[in-house]
Amino acid sequence: MAVMKKKGGKGLPAISTASLPDVIFMILFFFMVSTTMRDQELLVRYKLPEATEVQKLEKKSLVSFIHIGPPSMTMQAKFGTAPRIQLNDSYKSTRDILDFVAAERDKLSEADRASMTICLKADQATKMGIVTDVKQELRRANALKISYAASKSLGY
Amino acid sequence: MAGDKRKVQEINAGSMADIAFLLLIFFLVATTMNTDTGLVRMLPPMPPEDQKQEDIKVKERNLFLVFINGRGDIMVGAAGKQDPIDLSQLTERTKEFIVNPMGDENLPEKTEKEIELPDGSKWVYPVSEGVVSLQTTRDTGYQSYIMVQNELTRAFNEVRDEVALRKFGAKFSDLPEEQRNVISKAVPLKISEAEPRNIKK
Repeated sequence: MAVMKKKGGKGLPAISTASLPDVIFMILFFFMVSTTMRDQELLVRYKLPEATEVQKLEKKSLVSFIHIGPPSMTMQAKFGTAPRIQLNDSYKSTRDILDFVAAERDKLSEADRASMTICLKADQATKMGIVTDVKQELRRANALKISYAASKSLGY
Repeated sequence: MAGDKRKVQEINAGSMADIAFLLLIFFLVATTMNTDTGLVRMLPPMPPEDQKQEDIKVKERNLFLVFINGRGDIMVGAAGKQDPIDLSQLTERTKEFIVNPMGDENLPEKTEKEIELPDGSKWVYPVSEGVVSLQTTRDTGYQSYIMVQNELTRAFNEVRDEVALRKFGAKFSDLPEEQRNVISKAVPLKISEAEPRNIKK
């Protein structure tokens, strides 16, 4: 009886939350280390094709992106749904690729220019016609190292 | 004095968690997780425009044609002797073409090449002369193109793995840089991409 009384009177001690900030900081540091900053706003929608033999892109600073895909939802009223090419932050045509590559190349130091990589991020439903046009322009611009962006799949 | 008796007041750390949460949410929103991966390729340089383009002569047996049509069907084989195959067979066919284990007359010839090893010695390896030529039409889907590229890469990677295992006793991806270069010279990634053909529907 006495034991019961004692328990009821005291109640459970409050759980200490003093280490909560430490836990949150740990999660924060994890995210800071494992993620990268979003660098540009996407104007096209794409779902990358899947492949098993993909390689990681080594140096992020040497990589320039060309996005190909149908315009994103908010832009469709204005631009329709036909696939577009996005360079930097606007829609461009294949003719602008030459200038784009030249500008990207200028940003790099002399030594790095040879290893500049162009990463083609194209929607999986894109037709090869537009991709080939881009590739021809890249050849003309002498940006020969390219990477077809694909997400890693574990096989099928 | 009352002030002397009292200890220096501690700063309330109760809101520390909130601050950390705020930072955490900021990073969750402003960053992306995905690392960029892809199939790396080298494009052939553009020939000078004033120069008359000569077709590079490649012996028929050294050429492995891969066609993809608008519906994603694949046709492979030497020129004139192509047959439609399924995507799952492509890796095997390509490997057979690269390795040519039996020295078949219809499969690519090999030339003995001296390759310098990292330790300075020479290594003679019969390097295949075969070239995989990939052709698409303008309305081929990008998805099927990447799937074919993937199978071709897989074929080359598997052959490289086999050669690397025989030579260095480890898989290609586990080798150090210099040894990987040696294997890359022994089994070069020769995929030529012709301009797409205009096929009227």
